[in-house]
Amino acid sequence: MSLIESTATELLGQLQSGRTTAVEIAAACLKQIDRHDAKIKAFLRVDRDGALARAAEIDARRKAGKPVGRLGGLPVAVKDLLCTKGQRTTCGSRMLENFRPPYDATVIAKLRAADAVLIGRTNMDEFAMGGSNENSAFGLTHNPWDLTRIPGGSSGGAAASLAASMVPLSVGSDTGGSVRQPAGFCGVLGMKPTYGRVSRYGLVAFASSLDQIGPLGRSAEDIALLLEVIAGGDPLDSTSVDRPVPKYTESIARPLENLRIGLVREHFGEGLDAEVEAAVREATRVYQSLGATVSELSMPHGKYAVATYYIIAPCEASSNLARYDGAHYGHRTDEKAMAVELAAQRKALQQTGDSRKLEALDNPLIRMYRRTRAEGFGAEVKRRIMIGTYALSAGYYDAYYLKALKVRRLIRQDYDRAFEQVDLIAGPVAPTPAFEIGEKVDDPLAMYLLDLYTASANLAGIAGMSIPCGLSTGGLPIGLQLQAPPFEEERLLRAAHMFQQATDWHTRRPELS
Amino acid sequence: MSTPHKVVIGLEVHVQLDTRTKLFCSCSTQFGAPPNTQTCPLCIGMPGTLPVMNRRALELGMKAALALNCEIPRFTKWDRKNYYYPDLPKGYQISQFDLPMSCDGYLPISDAKGRFEPKRVGIIRAHLEEDAGKSMHAEAAGKADSRIDLNRCGTPLLEIVSEPDMRSAEEAKAFLTELKLLLVYLGVSDCNMQEGSLRVDANINLHVDTSEGTKATPIVEVKNMNSFRAVERALAYEIVRQTEAWEETHTELGGPGGFKTTRGWDESAQVTRPQRTKEESSDYRYFPEPDLVPVTVTEDQIEQSRQSLGELPAALRTRLEATYEITPYDSDVLVNQGRALVDYYIELAEACGDGKQAANWVQQDVLRTLNERQIPVEQFPVSAAALAPLLEKVRCGKLDANRGREVLAGMVELGRGLEDVMREMGIAEVDDSALETLCRELLEANPKIVADLKAGKQKAVGGLIGQAKKQNPNVNPGKVRQLCLELVEKM
Repeated sequence: MSLIESTATELLGQLQSGRTTAVEIAAACLKQIDRHDAKIKAFLRVDRDGALARAAEIDARRKAGKPVGRLGGLPVAVKDLLCTKGQRTTCGSRMLENFRPPYDATVIAKLRAADAVLIGRTNMDEFAMGGSNENSAFGLTHNPWDLTRIPGGSSGGAAASLAASMVPLSVGSDTGGSVRQPAGFCGVLGMKPTYGRVSRYGLVAFASSLDQIGPLGRSAEDIALLLEVIAGGDPLDSTSVDRPVPKYTESIARPLENLRIGLVREHFGEGLDAEVEAAVREATRVYQSLGATVSELSMPHGKYAVATYYIIAPCEASSNLARYDGAHYGHRTDEKAMAVELAAQRKALQQTGDSRKLEALDNPLIRMYRRTRAEGFGAEVKRRIMIGTYALSAGYYDAYYLKALKVRRLIRQDYDRAFEQVDLIAGPVAPTPAFEIGEKVDDPLAMYLLDLYTASANLAGIAGMSIPCGLSTGGLPIGLQLQAPPFEEERLLRAAHMFQQATDWHTRRPELS
Repeated sequence: MSTPHKVVIGLEVHVQLDTRTKLFCSCSTQFGAPPNTQTCPLCIGMPGTLPVMNRRALELGMKAALALNCEIPRFTKWDRKNYYYPDLPKGYQISQFDLPMSCDGYLPISDAKGRFEPKRVGIIRAHLEEDAGKSMHAEAAGKADSRIDLNRCGTPLLEIVSEPDMRSAEEAKAFLTELKLLLVYLGVSDCNMQEGSLRVDANINLHVDTSEGTKATPIVEVKNMNSFRAVERALAYEIVRQTEAWEETHTELGGPGGFKTTRGWDESAQVTRPQRTKEESSDYRYFPEPDLVPVTVTEDQIEQSRQSLGELPAALRTRLEATYEITPYDSDVLVNQGRALVDYYIELAEACGDGKQAANWVQQDVLRTLNERQIPVEQFPVSAAALAPLLEKVRCGKLDANRGREVLAGMVELGRGLEDVMREMGIAEVDDSALETLCRELLEANPKIVADLKAGKQKAVGGLIGQAKKQNPNVNPGKVRQLCLELVEKM
């Protein structure tokens, strides 16, 4: 098997036995990117020289018999929202187009310490808001399985880079399904760890109480490897949880005995594509054949998950994104043009003698804010800022935000009850396979409904994972979602591994022209 | 003549807590550094940064709250207060909204001169929040130019909100004075108004008695007061202004035109002026801060904090009055000077055995020197142990009080002990037999004065005292007077 088709775990074995080098792997990945990324556009930026230099340095260290980190020279792609010292971190937005943070995110620091080769930055929906990568300010990413289709989002570039064999490992973030959904659409694996399992320090925030950084890969073992590196409590993130990180890679091969799998009745209703349903049901039969019992259960508040999510996430976003006002860093409107515009408006109003409008005219600071934000943010980001600002306003807070918090607790209670009966919940990742580019751009509600099966896990703070479980008749990947109680990532990984021992969906790759 | 009314004043006080580092990052809180040198990615609001609570700020806040007799809920949380301003780089301030760290307390106030009855001013709440940066607006050559210094951004503040319990400008000033004293005693804040460690906003209106019952005038929030004196004057000004406005317009709170307004105190003109206010009240869109976990406070922590309070000013005053038999006025002056001066006083009172005398000397002579030299009592050159024997000599008449003051001045000046300084100044105690001899000589030499004294003209003794002092500057004039009168009586 060629280097680019191998999993991270296989490559690590080859590196350790000296059958290949980090430079060879990096070069193979860069070559694959060169060949295909002009069409797929998974990457916003590729750090060719930096990656090769770093790989060479790690090779030299290994050759000299010196210690090498856990990732031992494996290339890792990073979603462009993890702050990286001195390097552009755009978050898919004009607002941060030239932003270079003076600090590393904790996950970046951990990747560096583990001797990952940071090969490039993947495309994403602006500020992680979206499910198709169509909201990136820097262009579309195409699904490697069908270039006319979206790769999913917001970690679309991360998933596409893996599906197109450009990298063995990728890091994304998941606020309402942003790792699991693109992983499902691109036929790779992706995990949203428990809230607090991975430090958010240095992750450009979308919705703080929902955001979680997650690993993407092409096998359960690879996810285990990457999670082991990035997980853990962090004194810089008060919401991270300081509990030991299990050796996921050591336990992964142990099958789960007497596994009880639950299917949520409400997940198999209206709106679910028949082929997706068939693939998911077939996956549960695979588990049954491996000794698991499968039962149905009800999550009565799940139907409110999307509505709840689209209150809480925009509320937090409206506040988190207030800092992008042009005053301190990031995009700022052309002040000369602004001054000219303002002067002309004032003069015109003075001439018409409209004193009321003159009085209401922006002062330069307000106009700077308005123009900066109007220019720097895309439509979807603006939409969510407006929804969130509205929902938090006096007189609406109780009806929206407070009520959403209450429903959020009920959703968590649904999970608590479900996990008294079953070990894992299985179901679809998204209602359909990847759709066509442009298909839903004018229908934000249809786009929001894509989060139907994934948003609940973020609201409840539990762990979830997407695993390839089939292909549609049109040749598009279908994902199986597994969900586990908080801090049971190990259970997810062992279950995913069991499935992969019995099936080969995770080894399917698209034909790239 | 003016309409009968009641003045209603509530205060909002922001106090910078005396922590070494900021509330949510490890930047220094030191005052006076060059602009924007005490900042980090967090306090300038860069994306991806996350706040981590400074435990010390919570401890200091809790001490202050307990000293203000507040309840400390076992569960408290952080909220975001959202608004746009260039000195607030995140676009929100981390504060506490519906579950503050403390509430429902009070601070007793009284006036040593009895200008108002002692009372308790209720404390609605005291909560923690982060400070914003500083905006400096400089208008140069027709171009509005603003500069931002973010050094202060993220400094921990305790916001203390009083009930509208104060009924006069004097009461408001007394509340602030007592609050400041309490916080300084606790070591919670230096309360330096010049450096912005203590900031006051006041809400004031009048409740006017009318034939149709009590009517409230529109509430005015007064800002920009840079000293307690300014607060007192601004409130006094508002009382007059609001009384006149009521008499002219009869505008009621909540009635037409009767909305709350903000006015700024203009120190140079000694007036309040309206500040630009938006038509609708600001909506800060408070919601729970998702980047911080709620804080649970245990019974143990509260008890520990309570134990650490030490003796507070009110208790100290009572103790001084009871132990050293001094007046409330004296204890007030002493305690208001701070713990170090009180300690000096106590040592002096104990050593010289007369609390009243010690209080007089500390208030007059020691304080005057401290003020003149602008030094704290710790640097006063004469220790309480060294001052005590001087007071002893004055008390038993061996030294006249004025002479004693000169001796103290000498001790301060030369930095030497009592005996040394007296020798240096040629001051010797005059023993009783020498004094009697001197008086007899003087009486013999001045038969005219003796005759006057016998005739009941007591004033005439002054001539003898003058001559006695000329012959021996160390004589105690009181003693000369007493002795001469006794001797004439016997003649």
